[in-house]
Amino acid sequence: MRAALVTRPIDVSALITEVTDPSCGAVSVFLGTVRNVNDGKPVTGIEYKAYEAMAVREMEGALASVRERFGTSHIVMEHRLGLLGLGEVSVAIVAAHPHRHAAMDATRTAIEEIKKTVPIWKLEHYADGTREWVDPTRGAQAVEQSAPVAEVVG
Amino acid sequence: MPGRIEVKALLFASYADAFGSGEMPLLLEAGSTVGDAVAAVRAKSPAAIPPCPLVALNERYAGYGDVLAQGDEVALIPPVAGG
Repeated sequence: MRAALVTRPIDVSALITEVTDPSCGAVSVFLGTVRNVNDGKPVTGIEYKAYEAMAVREMEGALASVRERFGTSHIVMEHRLGLLGLGEVSVAIVAAHPHRHAAMDATRTAIEEIKKTVPIWKLEHYADGTREWVDPTRGAQAVEQSAPVAEVVG
Repeated sequence: MPGRIEVKALLFASYADAFGSGEMPLLLEAGSTVGDAVAAVRAKSPAAIPPCPLVALNERYAGYGDVLAQGDEVALIPPVAGG
């Protein structure tokens, strides 16, 4: 089990290798990526900032809770900080488990928890040159916050 | 100074932009709470921060009634948006 903030591109293959284990028949991967639009406004990039010491503590807490709930310690999470371009991976969560349902539930539970508690903020850069801090508690963003997340299963 | 404590307020994202700084030293009465620290920060620029932001004390989410000690770090946490 490992959680980290990074300032370099996230190497998803390395994370998969890190959690893969002969006892596990499933590896689930969740990736969050930079989207080109938010709230109807064209986005050119997102700058991520964190209260770093607390963010790592909260990420570790979320993983510990996932480990307890789903019975796997083969889980790793990296969240990237700094300015990211469209399509770049901002967060990766990879979990391995003997069985697929628990592996998928582990990554989903982890990302939902991260979005609620970890002190990380996004400064969106828009095509018109303006910038704005994302506030998920406000307007259309609040609706989106409650929508299901997409998941890629490895 | 007797009867007083120094604590550090940390501001992030929109709050830091509104203040023009991510850190603010505070001199408070001994026995002051997290809520007192938030009030002291807001007193400098009430429009920049909502009345009851999320707070952390020494890197853990905290309540407004938690009592501060010399050297504590109080963070005002804007709505988080990781992922």
